[in-house]
Amino acid sequence: MGDGGESGWVLCPSPIAYSLLPTPGMIKLVGVEKTLGGQPVLRGVDLTIPKGKLTTIIGPSGEGKSVLLKHMIGLLQPDRGEVWVDGMEISHLRGKALNEVRKRFAMLFQSAALFDSLTVFENVAFPLREKSRLPETEVARRVEEKLEQVGLSGMGHKFPAELSGGMKKRAGLARALVMEPEIILFDEPTTGLDPLMARTIHDLIVAMHRTFGFTAVMVSHEIPEIFPISDWVAMLKDGKIVAMAPSADFQKINDPAVREFISAGGTVSLTSSCPGS
Amino acid sequence: MLIGLLARIGRVTLFVIQETGRMLIFLVATFAWLFRPPLRPFQIFKQLHFIGYKSTFVVVLTAAFTGMVLGLQGYYTLRKFGSEAVLGSVVALSLIRELGPVLASLMVTARAGSAMTAEIGIMRITEQIDALDTMAINSLQYLISPKLVAGLIGVPLLVAMADVVGIYGGYLVGVDLLGGNPGAYWSSIESAVEWKDVYGGILKSISFGLIVSWICCYKGYHTRMSAEGLGTATTEAVVLSSVLILIWDYVLTSVLL
Repeated sequence: MGDGGESGWVLCPSPIAYSLLPTPGMIKLVGVEKTLGGQPVLRGVDLTIPKGKLTTIIGPSGEGKSVLLKHMIGLLQPDRGEVWVDGMEISHLRGKALNEVRKRFAMLFQSAALFDSLTVFENVAFPLREKSRLPETEVARRVEEKLEQVGLSGMGHKFPAELSGGMKKRAGLARALVMEPEIILFDEPTTGLDPLMARTIHDLIVAMHRTFGFTAVMVSHEIPEIFPISDWVAMLKDGKIVAMAPSADFQKINDPAVREFISAGGTVSLTSSCPGS
Repeated sequence: MLIGLLARIGRVTLFVIQETGRMLIFLVATFAWLFRPPLRPFQIFKQLHFIGYKSTFVVVLTAAFTGMVLGLQGYYTLRKFGSEAVLGSVVALSLIRELGPVLASLMVTARAGSAMTAEIGIMRITEQIDALDTMAINSLQYLISPKLVAGLIGVPLLVAMADVVGIYGGYLVGVDLLGGNPGAYWSSIESAVEWKDVYGGILKSISFGLIVSWICCYKGYHTRMSAEGLGTATTEAVVLSSVLILIWDYVLTSVLL
């Protein structure tokens, strides 16, 4: 099996062929299969996530995009197949070894998954207090800095129940960023938000990605909004990756399933801000 | 027809075996994480406050009225045989051996156990448990281990309190209201209650504390991802904990006697 850290992987043994990835792969899934509740969800997923890029996974609802994301961080283990993170196969790891891998990750959940018994400040400070030995003054400084970056200055004393959906997502983003991880997974970060707030969250993700240079994997339904902000786009259908390409090229794919999904999302328009263009 | 019935029995049997295995693995894993750093004394005190201190009122109330009923029933029954003098020992032995541990544990199950299941279940549904795991913080160690320790410490303390309050409840009715002899009440307790009775009560309360926190945490941790699933998990947690307490009470009593 190939090394996950190998440069210039060719990975797209899917019906639609793809070019060589321009950067080394950070995460690589090989033949991943998963059945949940007797229902096959992933049926042999092959996917490479390029390092330092923002890759968006699209696909119909209920196809297992979130399940796929959870395999990348070891929250779920595949029934068959391999999951590589920066050259290390993680699907067999448990306990401390898995935690070491997870320290390189952060995840923004669909529901933001803020701890409802803690304030926004305590939520953002939580990973720092648990996983670092920083003095409390430094923790406070970093938390305030992150809250300011996501536009939540002065909101640290509020509880999650007092926040709007968009504010929760921003607080979740601040918590994801505070440990300065190498990889951040975004599970439908704009679900349930109005279009303006969704754009704000997307802009925030792009700005943070450009500032910190982390590898980002985003699951989203927001078409065409995801095209200008993504470097790469992959489509999951029938439990497999059926298409993956640089964002600008993805919209030229002539596969009927891809065309149908994209056109159902609205008129595709690229802007000059597209990082992949 | 017969094959269908046999298949159904087989499926149920397999499910029970699998579920029991999963529950035991959950318990062992939680205990294993308990002894690994970082130790979380603050979390344990917090849970002790929730399971122990906050259950005090309902446990004291239950114990007081149980003792009073024992005093009332015991006084009139014993008077038929001219044995009112042993009322104290009847009340005390009933409470220390059986009613104190069982009733206090059932009250803790109803008040704190159901709340534990609901709290952990909501954390599961809203992905807060997944969030802990993604931060490389073991959710069993952070969430479950402190609750297990709090159950093991908190329930015996509540049971001790219930025993004392219940004995005073029996005194209130048997002596103060019905005119029994106060000296006879206390001296019969002193002569009848042995260390073996107290030891048995403590052993029962520790094991009941473990059952409550173990079952309720397990059901919450493995809640199905829906509101209905959470409701079912909470009901199952309370019912299973209560039934197991009663069964285990019988087993322990038969061993201890």
